[in-house]
Amino acid sequence: MSAAAADRPRAVSDIGAAGKFLFWAGVVLLCAWVLVPIYLLVVNTLSSTAEVTAFPKTGIPSFDLGSIQFFLSFQGVLKALWNSLLVAVLTMVLSIAIGAPAGYALSRFEFPGKATFRMLVLMTRAFPLPLLALPIAVMFIRVGLDDTPVGLALVHTTLAIPFSVLITFSIFSGIPLELEEAAWTLGCNRLQAFGKVVLPLVLPGITASAIFAFTISWNEVFAASVLTVQNRTLTAFLLQSLSVSPLHLRFAGGAALVIPALIFIFAVRKYMFAMWGIANR
Amino acid sequence: MAEIQIKGVGKSFGSFTALHSIDLTIADQEFMVLLGASGCGKTTLLRIIAGLESPTRGEVWIGGKRVDQLPPRDRGIAMVFQNYAVFPHLTVYENIAFGLRMKKLPQPEVDTRVRRTAELMHIEQLLKRYSGQLSGGQRQRVAVARALAMEPDVILMDEPLSNLDALLRLEMRAELKGVLANSKTTTIYVTHDQVEAMSLADRISVMNGGRIVQAASPVEVYRNPAARFVGSFIGNPPMNFLPAEKHGDGRYHVAGLSLAGPPGAAQKLEFAIRPEDLAIAPGGLKAIARVIEPLGAHTLVTSEVGGALFRAVLDSDIRIAPGDELSLVPKPDRIRWFDPETSSALKAVP
Repeated sequence: MSAAAADRPRAVSDIGAAGKFLFWAGVVLLCAWVLVPIYLLVVNTLSSTAEVTAFPKTGIPSFDLGSIQFFLSFQGVLKALWNSLLVAVLTMVLSIAIGAPAGYALSRFEFPGKATFRMLVLMTRAFPLPLLALPIAVMFIRVGLDDTPVGLALVHTTLAIPFSVLITFSIFSGIPLELEEAAWTLGCNRLQAFGKVVLPLVLPGITASAIFAFTISWNEVFAASVLTVQNRTLTAFLLQSLSVSPLHLRFAGGAALVIPALIFIFAVRKYMFAMWGIANR
Repeated sequence: MAEIQIKGVGKSFGSFTALHSIDLTIADQEFMVLLGASGCGKTTLLRIIAGLESPTRGEVWIGGKRVDQLPPRDRGIAMVFQNYAVFPHLTVYENIAFGLRMKKLPQPEVDTRVRRTAELMHIEQLLKRYSGQLSGGQRQRVAVARALAMEPDVILMDEPLSNLDALLRLEMRAELKGVLANSKTTTIYVTHDQVEAMSLADRISVMNGGRIVQAASPVEVYRNPAARFVGSFIGNPPMNFLPAEKHGDGRYHVAGLSLAGPPGAAQKLEFAIRPEDLAIAPGGLKAIARVIEPLGAHTLVTSEVGGALFRAVLDSDIRIAPGDELSLVPKPDRIRWFDPETSSALKAVP
């Protein structure tokens, strides 16, 4: 009986309301998916040691900075933070410096083996890092790159390059060749046309691609753990000390990893929106 | 002064030959249209002149200087692209000023030229806008203004009107003609639209399969096509063709009609006549009307003559129905003859 009643045709407005409910439910669910862990992380970071382990939770931070102070004064944290930043920035610069010209060449020139090259760029992602870590470590020790930010940045760059090549390829492909040709006929040489026409148009996309490389490096933990001993990055440092640290320290460490990435992405969010197309201005 | 000379220019892409040996001279201040179907090589030729493509062989001379090894910026040219190529990150003003700033002209001079060309193209109220805020027609105006501001010796245009809607195209066509006539530049204009070519050109180069088939004034190209291809490509509806066979004394049988042919010609020829050069009168070609299309000014009659499709443009007062038998008399001085072997035109009867 009730099934029959539920089965009767509904008015269009009812279906619209149901659709609306589903839509907003989806929005809330997705927001919660992202925001709740960050919220819990922040609350526990800003709570005193006693509150973190206490039950029931209030859900409201007490703005006790004890955990953060303890975390920052913890032996080696600041150095690890600095190493992380250094490696990530190096990765960002290297992957764009190498990846963007490759992306430009892929989008503008026809050359033999182009399709194979594109495939190979992706194939580099097919090798599991654990398999390569040991030979790389041995090689780095031989050439003296072991335990240095530059050495780790090189490994992170190889991880980031496939993305920077393919993202910049699609960005450059979005710029019509005619714009460059028009610049050539208007008195530019190849370099000037690139600087005056192509660069301003691709800058948002390149920025987004650079941030992507930055976050890849910032989040990478395996190579960092294997290849560094004294000069650990934050992820490797936390992995090492996580199991032996108290709960409030783990929260503080987690926040130290998440917050900078959030701030960075927030600052360049409008470029991220333009990542797959060209903004008009 | 910029006469353009193209000497034996050829272009191959791998095994595909886009341009066979092209020889063409374009006089100073001439408006030359390169006309042809897509893939005939007209755009390739234009890009070779612009320096965006390098020829496989041959030479390009502009204003008495050999330029085929020079980059585009050293050739004294400006180009208008099919999709406008207005820089999206610059205002209309900066777009027009772009080339002038590259030339390092002083700001007052830049400003004067930008405002003058903007006024010429009726876009002076758009100078502060970005291309995203412009319509297709307005972008086209910006692209033309940008080229004109350079005051180049040669303006190259690659199907500049093909992305506009029909009404706008008509308006821009008339405007372009006026502006370019006053600018005293040599113009090369690529199009596949024969009406555009006829209305703009001082001279039309009809291209087919990487060759220039005929380079002549619009009326000449229309009236005296140098090859069968030109007659069938230009004109809407195109020229009619019928096989002709010699029967002694320089006379030819054409679908049962006996006509005086060109002197000393071969046994088999092809007779050709424009649809509007036919009149209904006794003693003409026997045609059976198939489709009658009244077009207002005249009536287009598609008929059958000796089994072949045959079109006639007749006075719209004429009353005919499909299936009627007509007698179509060709104007004697408008009859053209083609050699079926070479498909090139034979000298008409004087």
